Amino acid sequence: MCLAIPGKVIEVFEDRGLRMGRADFGGTVRKVCLEQLPEAGLGDYVLVHVGFALSRVDPEEAERTYRLLEELGLLGELQAPETDP
Amino acid sequence: MKYLDEYRDGRVASGILAEIRRVTTRPWTLMEVCGGQTHSIVKHGLDRLLPPEIELVHGPGCPVCVTPLEQIDKAHAIATRPGIVFTSFGDMLRVPGSRTDLLRLKSAGADVRTVYAPLDAVRIAQDNPEREVVFFAIGFETTAPANALAVTRARALGVANFSLLVSHVLVPPAITAVLQSPGNRVRGFLGPGHVCTVMGTREYAAIARHYAIPIVVTGFEPVDLLDGILRTVRRLEAGTPGVENQYSRVVRPDGNLAAQKLIWSAFEVCDRQWRGVGTIPKSGLRLRWELRDHDAERRFDVGTLEAQEPAVCISGQILRGLKKPHDCPAFGTECTPARPLGATMVSAEGACAAYYTYGRRRGEPVSAR
Repeated sequence: MCLAIPGKVIEVFEDRGLRMGRADFGGTVRKVCLEQLPEAGLGDYVLVHVGFALSRVDPEEAERTYRLLEELGLLGELQAPETDP
Repeated sequence: MKYLDEYRDGRVASGILAEIRRVTTRPWTLMEVCGGQTHSIVKHGLDRLLPPEIELVHGPGCPVCVTPLEQIDKAHAIATRPGIVFTSFGDMLRVPGSRTDLLRLKSAGADVRTVYAPLDAVRIAQDNPEREVVFFAIGFETTAPANALAVTRARALGVANFSLLVSHVLVPPAITAVLQSPGNRVRGFLGPGHVCTVMGTREYAAIARHYAIPIVVTGFEPVDLLDGILRTVRRLEAGTPGVENQYSRVVRPDGNLAAQKLIWSAFEVCDRQWRGVGTIPKSGLRLRWELRDHDAERRFDVGTLEAQEPAVCISGQILRGLKKPHDCPAFGTECTPARPLGATMVSAEGACAAYYTYGRRRGEPVSAR
């Protein structure tokens, strides 16, 4: 029910006083309400739930947390027991 | 897709799993609050990959599941009136009430329409001025802004033939109810990532402080969920309760303030009944008095409906983390997603439905360790 997915804003327009847009979800394009997300513009990734943009995906935060997790993975591989060639 | 695929990377997931195994020294029971998280955990089998000390129990976080039978019966009573267009998210169509479901009503001639966005229901009302258009407004805080937008928009545009049947629920009172359950075993929570995208993390910080537990606000992909579990276990092992944000790429401490303002322009807090659990004080939202003209319960007097849940169903205990689907004698026999008996089987995000769909039938080992 609380499913929300990140899509890329490819169009911003106004519909009778409401800030709307279109977002691309891996090839599927849907109308999105951007009214409560004034900071999001063209090219940004926004998290969308039932046609409503909830949040802008922060690329630096995404990069930072993911790098930490990746390092954990690499560390795990380093800790694996060595096998003789 | 960007920001999704990389969080399904098996190499990264095994690194986190190795770290979870390394830091775990004692048994801990964690609860993921959101039904979307439950679905993802069971689908990817994450619970079976964890060390035996870590048990995941599944929380009350599926709005479709906890919508009371009485409210569903009300929806059906309204949908069958002449001149009504009844609109709903697709998730609610198959949920059975006492006698029928929306899909069956539709095939019997009722005008029931699925909408993707609540604003689409307002558009249907504008296009059909001679009809009464009702939208079944269910959901947690994640969905509340979109539903609030629909009703405030209808008001602003003068769309008088649009109304909401509201059955909104809030997450923090449900977490508190779990923690106050006699026999509670939950020691830490994976917080609901998308609810916090709207509401921020402060309400959860207050609960974490009061009950001295860790709550880690967590996303929905396998890597997010394992990271959330790792962070929760680290805090439990170190004895450092508090709130932590695993899902920082979309969740800010304050949430989305404009979306919150929109919620409070349309809704106010009320007591709500949760299917399988009972009434939780201040756990729901209803329309504000100023918007009462758009309240379907006022517009269509359907009276008070009494509904009886099957006695065999243990969904209330499952929703509070006291029992698992396999503990129920009806699971997979009398009760299946096609013929659900109670809350946790009615939606794909319910714990029972997730277990059933992903092959956790009776007789199979609960864990493959």
